Amino acid sequence: MKLSTNFVKDYVDIDVDVKKLAEDMTSVGNEYDSAQALINATKLVVGEVVECEMHPDSDHLHVCKVNVGDEVLQIVCGAPNVRKGLKVIVALDGAVLPGDFKIKKGSIRGVESNGMLCSIAELGLESKFLKPEDKEGIHELPENAKPGEDPIKLIEMDDDVIDFELTANRGDLLSILGMAYEIGAIYDKKVKDIDLSHSENSEDINNSFKVVRNTDNCSIFLAKKVENVEIKESPTFIKNRLIASGIRPINNVVDISNYVMLETGQPLHYYDADTLKGMLEVRMAKQGEKLITLDEIERTLSEDDIVISDGEKAIGLAGVMGGLETEITENTKNIIIEAAIFNPGKIRRTANAILRSEASTRFEKGLDSNRTYMAVERSCNLLEKYAGATIVGGLVKEDTTSKEDKEIEIRFEKINKVLGTIIPKEDVCDVFRRLDFKYEASEEKAKVFVPKRRIDISIEEDLIEEVGRIYGVDNIEGKLPELPIKTGSYDKTARNIRNKMVDLGLNETLSYILVNDKEAKNFTSDDAEIISLLAPMTEDRNALRQSILQALYRIYEYNKAHYNKDVNIFEIGKTFKKVNEEYIEERKIACLMTGEYYLGINNKKNVDFYVIKGIAEELLDYLGYGNRYSFVVNESIPTTFHPGQSAAISVNNDIVGYIGRTHPAFCKDAVYAMEINLDKLLDKKTGKMKYKEISKYPSIKKDLAIVVDKDVQSSEIANIIKKAAGSLLLGTQIFDVYQGEGLEENKKSLAYSLEFGTNDRTLTDEEINTVLEKVISSVEKQGWSLRK
Amino acid sequence: MKEQIEQIKENAIQELQEVKDAKELNDVKVKYLGKKGELTEVLRGMGGLSPEERPIIGSLVNVVRDEIEKIISEKEEEYKQEELNKKLKTEKIDITLPSEKVKRGSKHPLNRIIEEVEDLFVSMGYDVVDGPELETDEYCFERLNLPKDHPARDMQDSFYITPEYLLRTQTSAVQARVMMNNEEKTPIRVICPGKVYRRDEDATHSHQFAQVEGLVIDKDISLADLKGTLEVFMKKMLGENTKLRFRPSYFPFTEPSYEVDVTCFKCGGKGCNLCKQTGWIELLGSGMVHPNVLEMNGYDPKVYTGFAFGTGLDRLAMFKYGITDIRLLYQNDVRFLNQFDRMD
Repeated sequence: MKLSTNFVKDYVDIDVDVKKLAEDMTSVGNEYDSAQALINATKLVVGEVVECEMHPDSDHLHVCKVNVGDEVLQIVCGAPNVRKGLKVIVALDGAVLPGDFKIKKGSIRGVESNGMLCSIAELGLESKFLKPEDKEGIHELPENAKPGEDPIKLIEMDDDVIDFELTANRGDLLSILGMAYEIGAIYDKKVKDIDLSHSENSEDINNSFKVVRNTDNCSIFLAKKVENVEIKESPTFIKNRLIASGIRPINNVVDISNYVMLETGQPLHYYDADTLKGMLEVRMAKQGEKLITLDEIERTLSEDDIVISDGEKAIGLAGVMGGLETEITENTKNIIIEAAIFNPGKIRRTANAILRSEASTRFEKGLDSNRTYMAVERSCNLLEKYAGATIVGGLVKEDTTSKEDKEIEIRFEKINKVLGTIIPKEDVCDVFRRLDFKYEASEEKAKVFVPKRRIDISIEEDLIEEVGRIYGVDNIEGKLPELPIKTGSYDKTARNIRNKMVDLGLNETLSYILVNDKEAKNFTSDDAEIISLLAPMTEDRNALRQSILQALYRIYEYNKAHYNKDVNIFEIGKTFKKVNEEYIEERKIACLMTGEYYLGINNKKNVDFYVIKGIAEELLDYLGYGNRYSFVVNESIPTTFHPGQSAAISVNNDIVGYIGRTHPAFCKDAVYAMEINLDKLLDKKTGKMKYKEISKYPSIKKDLAIVVDKDVQSSEIANIIKKAAGSLLLGTQIFDVYQGEGLEENKKSLAYSLEFGTNDRTLTDEEINTVLEKVISSVEKQGWSLRK
Repeated sequence: MKEQIEQIKENAIQELQEVKDAKELNDVKVKYLGKKGELTEVLRGMGGLSPEERPIIGSLVNVVRDEIEKIISEKEEEYKQEELNKKLKTEKIDITLPSEKVKRGSKHPLNRIIEEVEDLFVSMGYDVVDGPELETDEYCFERLNLPKDHPARDMQDSFYITPEYLLRTQTSAVQARVMMNNEEKTPIRVICPGKVYRRDEDATHSHQFAQVEGLVIDKDISLADLKGTLEVFMKKMLGENTKLRFRPSYFPFTEPSYEVDVTCFKCGGKGCNLCKQTGWIELLGSGMVHPNVLEMNGYDPKVYTGFAFGTGLDRLAMFKYGITDIRLLYQNDVRFLNQFDRMD
């Protein structure tokens, strides 16, 4: 809402700087975007062109001598309409015009120029407000203008404008009167009455015109007739105030309807009475009904739209925009004024679907029906004064609204309790007086009569807010709540996992959950339904991811394109799927590695399956699942993985995630990925971390190389060894995997270091040899052999 | 005999002063103290002395030997030290060569901020809670006093899945969840950091961003408590000199409602392009929980009052680390991520 301060000063006596007014309004909850003069320029004076010669070196420039009151300046001017005797707006040396355009003395094609003659466009008015002549040349001031005086005052544009960003609940502030009450409350000024006076002829409109209300979505509908209007240009103050408010002046009648809407907040519609058939009907549109609106666009309506009809067809889209057929034209003589209130929700829906307008913005916030009557009266007052109208007596009305003040009780103790401070009873009552709310105060409470215009106030808390607002929240001292001391809780596990992954040298990422639906299932083998958006912003992001890895893969691609070869990243986040009509969110950890994994300057390793497997094992060990997990190959592995270099991660014999290289058909580079479902994993119990006794006796190591078929997995061998060796075997470690010369084509040799020991003695050679023999015989039973 | 011993001593000291290296020192040592050394010879010749003389001469020899030995061992120590120094010199390395440092990874800056906020509020007894990101219209709006068709609701702004389900547009959705889940309707003190989603994207807006929501419900919770809490919060995050400005505003789920501005991080309140010359940056929405919200979620507004607040974490992170474009937070360039690898 753009507030013209000249306009509001009609209703409240204030003399404050525009910035101060804007800041004071902000402190009671009304934020602003800008606050400045309508013509935001300095050092402008009226000048008279006393001489006007052609520039010696140009075919369109003129060299003028301009009397600016106390001196005569030479100014070069390029406008076609400059001529001797013209009164003009002069920007003097040092003037600053809108857009930070500085005027300086200088020379134009060799001729000294000491300022600039201005057009209205150069003074910063938006182009929609400019007349054709404003675009073509400099502004021509009236002949009686005196050189040296303030030209902006002369053209009545010495106004300041504050552009407010109002909150959704304060529909009342979409009116000059509403603003006047708010400003009045701040500066303790009474709001002045609006002039509604006018005369009426002796006829009664009810004899010739009727209104039919065929929907409950209209709570009040008033119609008034005025005759013999003279359509012409509006008086300057009306035009300028509309411009300051952001509305383009058209002619006196249309301008008055807008002017009254600005004043009262009640949108009006004026019909050319001679295009109507003696009635107006308000009803819901028929499905598919057509209407050409004022902007000459044919609209197709639905049963949710409220329309005004002439009894036969729709002639206006209620609350949004009038119809072309019945609009006010240059030839209009007689007018029907419509003032009504429509269901805010319906208007909002129609406006969103078809078109938002100054009117719909006001209707959708809700209106005070007292203002509906006021707007009709005020129209009559102005039409009589500025359009020579004769006002027909009587008023056609269909009215179901109440106009009474709302009675709300407020307890003084409650105010103090909610605000956390002690505000004296007198100060509370003073707030209501400033707001112009009537009240009856007793010892403990006050009964407040809230005028209908404040549609936002309906309960005690709303009044407390008013008290807080006007009394000033700065006057309330902050403190910490007095609550019992307790420790707060948070998800330590997620944070620990994050710390662990960072310790392992990985960078944490934060990616988008929205992906393209074709990619939503990458890295999963779940057959759950994809969840898609109803109205995506882009096709790239039209569905919810089922795996974080897809997002990490995109991050890898981004980095690759930016020459970052080594990408070792992880993320903890949610994935989404639909199962049996139910939406399921799962928390996962994903990790992607490619390029070199950096352990130290001279200790980099090309990432391979075993590097990322190491990360997975570190994480699982850290979380306490040591000895409970295994990497298994089965059918469930997602097809996004390389079939020969991937595994399912199984914990307590339940698959919690997948790990492996990406499928070469999906990605040519050696990119390795892992994802674990944390909800599933962390559900599994772990043992407590406990101290295990350290043996006082030395352990003994024995090496053993076993030759097996190539496709035998090392875990099989390890299991056989463990089973055969029994409790004296402390651990096994593979220190070499060999295939090639000396071995058969399809064989490989795995060299194990076995560590033996026990807590109560040093083992004898004999004991160890017995165990070793057992191991060897078990190995041979498998058809494997020892490498000699 | 005494004279002979004195002479040996003098000779030995003389020769010791003249030795040049460890080998010469050893020769002198053998010459005087060795098995056939001069001093040893004297002891051997003591057989011919009278019993009275023997102990006198004996002790004299010992004194002299001790004296010589002392000088020798000092010399030996000196040579050993010299030797060691020589060796150390050959072992000198270039300490300016690069180290074998172990590289750690890094936490995402937004999560660093979340951890900082969590730590602060946990220390004040708040529980950190989580809620669904795929939320129902009921919890995201309706239970927060935002019925369908409410003017403050903008459908265009939300990612709907169905007319009933959407990606939550605000962490406030968790407010109703926490209240509803608390079956005994006991006091509440929680924060909820998390992701939220809106149909909006440019240099300062991302369609996915992070917020933290705070909610306290108890008997006798007041606006003064909200003010004090947010002062602690903002001073902790932005520095002790940060000032707060409460501006009355409107949110359907709080009454009264306030927007909270903080001293501009960039200019400290003097006015700059970031704060549009106002000296203030709008950072939080807050207010006293609306009685309708309390009632709708099972809390008796006659008994309980509460406050709620919410703020965007992306801006806090951007301010704290001087990040100029919100998109950097979601691009995940490793050169960007690598920078967040230290304590602060």
